Order: sequence, then C-alpha cells, then structure tokens
Amino acid sequence: MTRAFDLFYGAHQALRSVTLEVPSNSVTAIIGPSGCGKSTLLRSFNRMNDLIPGVRTAGQVVVSGRDVYAPGTDVVELRRRVGMVFQRPNPFPKSIFENAAFGLRLLGIRDRGELEARVEQSLRRAALWDEVRDRLGRSALQLSGGQQQRLCIARCLAVEPEVVLMDEPAAALDPTATARIEELVLDLKKRYTIVIVTHNMQQAARISDRTAFMLMGALVEIGDTRRLFTSPREKLTEDYITGRFG
Amino acid sequence: MSRARPERIGALPVRGPSLPRRAWNAGLLAACALAAAAVVLPLGLIVAHLLAQGLPALDLGFFLHLPKPVGEPGGGMANAIVGTLILVGLGALVAVPVGVGAGLYLAEHGDGRVGALVRSTADVLSGVPSIVIGVATYGLVVVPMGRFSALAGGIALGLLMLPTIVRSTEEVVRLVPRSYREAGLALGAPRWRVTQQIVLPAASAGIVTASLLALARAAGETAPLLFTALGNRFWSLRLDQPIASLPVFIYDYARAPYDEWNRQAWAGALVLLLLVALVSGLLRLTVRRIPGR
Ligand SMILES: Nc1ncnc2c1ncn2[C@@H]1O[C@H](COP(=O)(O)OP(=O)(O)OP(=O)(O)O)[C@@H](O)[C@H]1O
Ligand SMILES: [Mg+2]
Repeated sequence: MTRAFDLFYGAHQALRSVTLEVPSNSVTAIIGPSGCGKSTLLRSFNRMNDLIPGVRTAGQVVVSGRDVYAPGTDVVELRRRVGMVFQRPNPFPKSIFENAAFGLRLLGIRDRGELEARVEQSLRRAALWDEVRDRLGRSALQLSGGQQQRLCIARCLAVEPEVVLMDEPAAALDPTATARIEELVLDLKKRYTIVIVTHNMQQAARISDRTAFMLMGALVEIGDTRRLFTSPREKLTEDYITGRFG
Repeated sequence: MSRARPERIGALPVRGPSLPRRAWNAGLLAACALAAAAVVLPLGLIVAHLLAQGLPALDLGFFLHLPKPVGEPGGGMANAIVGTLILVGLGALVAVPVGVGAGLYLAEHGDGRVGALVRSTADVLSGVPSIVIGVATYGLVVVPMGRFSALAGGIALGLLMLPTIVRSTEEVVRLVPRSYREAGLALGAPRWRVTQQIVLPAASAGIVTASLLALARAAGETAPLLFTALGNRFWSLRLDQPIASLPVFIYDYARAPYDEWNRQAWAGALVLLLLVALVSGLLRLTVRRIPGR
C-alpha cells in the first residue's frame, strides 16, 4: 500500500522510505516506540497530514490501485473511502443519532427511514446499539469514554469505508472497554480492511493478522503476526518485543 | 501527600501554617472579598436608586401611551420602548451576520495578511468613541438620505456592536477543539461543511453570549443616536423616518426643567435596565437548550 514513502514536518523527516502492504479484509497492527511515526504513517493513508502546515511528502501511498498523493486526487472522496478512528474519542457535541448520521448526511441521504436504518446498522456493528437504542436523541458527550469511542467507530462505519484506520483506539479506555473494542475489530475485519496503531503488544498479537514494527520513522519489519512475535527476523524487532529496548 | 505530615520546626510542634502565613492568607482573602464587593456594590446602588426614583413614575400607561405635551400629566414612552427595540434589532441585523462571518473567517483562515488587517481594523473600530461613530454615520447615511432615520440609527448601533462580535466570535471559534474538525474532515466533509455544521454549532453558545453583550451595550447608547435616529415624540415604525429611543428620551427628559419629565426619565432608565436584563435572561435560557451543551 505504501511505496518508498517519505514525510517531512518542515525539516524534520518523520517517515523514511516506508514500504508496506496491507491486504484487504485483514487487520494490520503497527507497533513501535513513541514518536517513531506510527500516527504519521496512519494519517498518510487518508492525507490527514495535509492539515498540518509545512508537511511535504515523497513516494506513493496506493489505495485501491490509485496513488492518493497524485495531483488531482479528491481528498474529500478519499477520506470517505478511508475512515479514521482517533486515539481520543471525539464525538461531535451533538446527539448520538446525529453523530452516527453525520457521514450519511454528507453523502446526501435525507430520507428519515434510510438514515434511521443505517444509523441502527452501524451502531449494531460497533456493538453499541443495545446500550443507546432508547436514548439516541441524547448528547453524545454524556456517554462513557468507551461508549464514545464505539460511537466514533459507528460514525466511521456508517459511510461504509473500504479501509478503517485506528490510532490507538483503546488508549483512553479501561480493560473492559478495551476488550469490547478488540472483539469489535476482529468482527469488523470480515468487511473492512483495518490498520491499527497500538502500544500494547499483547493487543497486537491478539487481534492482528500482520504486524509492522517501526523505529525512528523507518519500517524495520513487517510480517505475519505470529511469526513476527515468535521468530522475528530483525535483531531490533526482537529487542523491542522482548522489552530489552531503551 | 505532605499535608498529612505534622510540621516541626526544631523541637516545637507547629499546628498548621505559621502565623504570618495565616495572617497573609486572611489579609489577601479579605482584600479579594472587598474587591468583589466593590464590583457588586455600584450595580446594587444603581438598581436601588433606579427603583426608588423610577418605580413611582412607572405604571401601565408608561408602556402604552405616547409622551404628553409639557404640563399635561401622564403620558408614557411606548414609542421610545418600541423604537429602542427596532434600533437594536436593526443594529443586530447588520452586525451579527457580518460579525459572526468575519469572526469565523479570522479563526479558520485568518492567519495571513488579510486576517491581520481585518483584526486590527476591528480593534481600531472598537476603540472609536461612540459619538464619533454617530458623526460618521451622519456623514455616510443621514446626509445622503437627506434626513434622520431609524435606518441610520440602526447602522450606527450595528457599527458599535460589530468589533465586539467579530473578536469574541473569533475567540470562541478558536476554542472549538481541533479534534472535532479532524473528526469531520476524516469523515470526508469538505471544510466549509465542517465549519458550518460542527464548528459553528459548537461555538454557538459563546457567539450568542458575545452578541448579547454587544447588543446590551448598544441598547444604552445615546450619542450615536443623536445624529442618526434623532428622536421622535410621535408614534413611528418607519425605518426612513426619525424614531424615538429610550436613551435619547432619558437624555432629553432628564435635562428638562420639569419635575414630571425628570420623573419619567427615571422611569425610562428603569425600563431600559429591565429590558436589557430581560433580553439577556431570555437568550441565556435559549442557549442552554442547544443540544450538546
Ligand atoms: N505536527 C507535527 N509537526 C512537527 N513534527 C511532528 C508533528 N507531528 C509529529 N511530529 C514528529 O513526527 C515524529 C513522529 O510522530 P508520530 O506522532 O507519528 O509518532 P507516534 O509513533 O504516533 O508516537 P506515539 O506512539 O507517541 O503516538 C515525532 O518525532 C514527532 O515529533
Ligand atoms: Mg501516535
């Protein structure tokens, strides 16, 4: 999916010739120490880095056969195909229903019946429906952190993206909520391609098919998750996963 | 953590903070309380004085009748009350859309040269004395139109409100968390939709409060109206004619050598105060209803 991709924040190079492939309908985990460029890489897939002044890129990021950094790319359309869930739950200060319906309205769906059906469907997929079915009109900010995060996942799923990017989606959650999100990810890969950043190696091992290990902006190793954790090819990977790292 | 540990100086057990420290604490606390009282006191005095002087002259007729000629008892300021509402409404009609639009622009795209220019213009405008705004509107609106008018008064009040609305809108919009914008953009929303459907609603309570403050301040302005709306002793709702307003009435009646008029000026002042309090109270209630707050 990415080929020899570089990204600079001004003079600082945050990604160094990263090349990795993400097979569809699978979960790819990105691990690595803080500041190694995981979020930056993730945000390159849907060009969220464009919003930061002074960002320059080189190389390609290919989604469904097209280079998203090619001139003339419709970023708005790209972001509809590549959804994102952030580290901190960030529901809009609107009702639960309006949060889940936001992307649908963007697609121009006005019909109340269709909106309701698709909101319910996405809330079910995000395993939140049963908890909120009777209070869809309430403010999303009244939900717990874990519920908010699942709402953000539902909001993202509602527009049927092809790829779902998740940046430490469970970082701000307690173990129970984390477990629910993990179950959810496993369930979602049947329909979506998922790239998930995590600091938790057990989590990566539990939910991902492939794991990528990054260090200082470079991709050190990527491979089948079980293989990478049991017999890493690179010394650096081994040091990191055994906790012998700085 | 260290709070639970009893302090000791040498062998002497000391209970709690030392005496000088406690004295300081008490002293500063008293000073703050005094300052707080000094803020509340003038308002309390004003309200008490207005009530004492204005209430006796206030009756239902004051709200329903037009001013009577000198010497005739009774009469009211119905035209001035409605006039003030019209003038402030006109001003808001001018200043709120323009001010909120400019404030949004400054917050979302205002980092360049144009932004800096708009920002400093707004700052200069907010420093212009209200009487100068009145004179300027006289030159720009009254002279070309050939007469004093409600329209000119509304524009003058609008100009007065504008900078406050621009700058406070900018500030509250900047306070909207970045994460809301990112969430919207990540869903594939074009930038203008994020601004319109996420940022603006999230900032709406702040914008309403700011507009309200601007409105309340403008409602009491006299100077810019003297050269624009002028005043009117008769009933008029026409925008192209001079119109009565409470501040101008208060100004005229308070200076007049007739006791009856002076009493009515007090009543007018009381009504103005109540009007401002009422409007802000009502709007505050509506703001609280906005979902998500
Ligand atoms: N907006 C920015 N401007 C400049 N430099 C940035 C910006 N965002 C990130 N960086 C730099 O890019 C590098 C990679 O950051 P990134 O956020 O991708 O790390 P990360 O792997 O996600 O870390 P963490 O695990 O702490 O989230 C860091 O050195 C960081 O300082
Ligand atoms: Mg990160």
